[in-house]
Amino acid sequence: MSLFHRHRGLTPYLLLAPGVLFLAVFFVVPLGFLGYQSLQSGNIDFGYAFTWSWGNYWTAIQDYRAQFIRSLEYAGIATLLALVVSYPVAYWIAFRGGRWKNLLLLFIVAPFFVTYLIRTLAWETILSDNGFVVNTLQSLHLLGPSGRLLATSTAVVTGITYNFLPFMALPLYVSLEQIDARLIEAAEDLYASKLHAFLRVTLPLSLPGVVAGTLLTFIPAAGDFINAQLLGSPDNHMIGNVIQSKFLELTDYPAAAAMSFILMAGILVAVFLYARAVGTEQLTGSAA
Amino acid sequence: MSTVAVERRAAGGPGVLARTWAFVRHHILTVYSILFFVYLLLPIAVVVVFSFNNPTGKFNYTWQGFTWDNWRYWDGVPGIRSAIFLSLEIALIASVIATVLGTLIALSLVRYSFRGRGSTNILIFLPLSTPEIVLGASLLTLFLNMNVVFGFWTILIAHIMFCISFAVVTVKARLVGFDRHLEEAAMDLGANEWRTFQKVTLPLIAPAILAALLLCFAISIDDFVVTYFNSGSKVTFPLFVWGAARIGAPPQVNVIGTAIFLVAVTLMLINIVLQRVRAGKGAV
Repeated sequence: MSLFHRHRGLTPYLLLAPGVLFLAVFFVVPLGFLGYQSLQSGNIDFGYAFTWSWGNYWTAIQDYRAQFIRSLEYAGIATLLALVVSYPVAYWIAFRGGRWKNLLLLFIVAPFFVTYLIRTLAWETILSDNGFVVNTLQSLHLLGPSGRLLATSTAVVTGITYNFLPFMALPLYVSLEQIDARLIEAAEDLYASKLHAFLRVTLPLSLPGVVAGTLLTFIPAAGDFINAQLLGSPDNHMIGNVIQSKFLELTDYPAAAAMSFILMAGILVAVFLYARAVGTEQLTGSAA
Repeated sequence: MSTVAVERRAAGGPGVLARTWAFVRHHILTVYSILFFVYLLLPIAVVVVFSFNNPTGKFNYTWQGFTWDNWRYWDGVPGIRSAIFLSLEIALIASVIATVLGTLIALSLVRYSFRGRGSTNILIFLPLSTPEIVLGASLLTLFLNMNVVFGFWTILIAHIMFCISFAVVTVKARLVGFDRHLEEAAMDLGANEWRTFQKVTLPLIAPAILAALLLCFAISIDDFVVTYFNSGSKVTFPLFVWGAARIGAPPQVNVIGTAIFLVAVTLMLINIVLQRVRAGKGAV
């Protein structure tokens, strides 16, 4: 009856067509080519041929098991850190922000306004050997006189946590902001302690934000290679670093393509296990 | 609301201990949040401060002295000027195209029920949940296998690709809360479908379209990973920073970083003020 439903037949498809075609050609088809490439053998000089070379996957896992595990490990730790660090602040803005909420949210996303690489380089400056942080830690004897932060796993995880923090804080804020404060008051009126009211009312209601934030942080973090490259040493390299160098420096395309697929599979498995743990309802609720 | 609750409890509450606890807890959260913001803004401060540094060697890591020179000669490093202009050009074109395509998809998804709507939603959601390195790598293999020459066009295609989903999500959010009666009223008053769209629908979703445009622009100008895989010999600003970082990034990099930051923050502040003014008018 209303106007946009009149030409039920073609109009929606006509509206969709250009964008969906674009995504089909430049997002779906490339994934197919990535799969095709991952099963090839040969080398760049004599050319690659498609040979159902499943061995590429096996070799990748065998040779780079450490980097795969490290990627999931660093991303997992960084995600957990981001959650713990930003939850109280998201809570504070949602319940105490008052008329300053928008301004405080602007502070939360402020890091995104500085080019990713530049803010990572800023961490390189902050954590550098003659920097303020290292000097302070050394004078407190928390770090040996020749100890350093750069080129350690601490630096890489710190960088990843910082760089993806807004992805965690924003969904947390959105879910906390939607909570009706009267529910918490009601819990307290019914003699729940503050802690109890938080654990039984606020936390469960904010779970969709926790789930969304965790995924938004974990997925890009697991594929990251910039932090490991700029803040870490080769000992801290993640699978992203390997994929990047295999593609762009060593031109070993089949191996790199196979690794990209293993990375995606690893992320999918991690997300699946996580979804099982928190309940799929939360997951689809946040995705819709 | 909850502040009131805390105070009420504290005043008539169950004793000194609980009152002190409530007081301390209240302030612990505030103090913690302030520390959090210091942590969040520290690297930004470093970027801004070191844009005024006068480094003696190649490395802009330690403070050597104040100078305006980096700002005066912002393009004093070979290659930085063309990199910035390429980034701006790509971001401008990519954000416009992605926003148009994304808005059309959003209109279709919100306004119609049709076969394939579910799978379209998934298609939109997938690029957002794929790591950037996989997006970049898969496009690379497509272009390699098709013998496409890497350069301006491959970068542009890549940027449009990863911006579309963001545009769809942004415009969709606004369309969902849209009052359809306004359109029906226009139709009742004799406007045809296209005119209704032009005069009623478009102005109402214009803020969302603008937001999508700005978001796409910001994501495009900041992108490193996907661009790195598909740039050939072309150098965008983030690629320039990457190359410079290996031999010691010049302070001009901080100048440009600071400038981008200032422009973005100013736009956001204007937006916040406008929202307030509008909300104030609504209240009167």
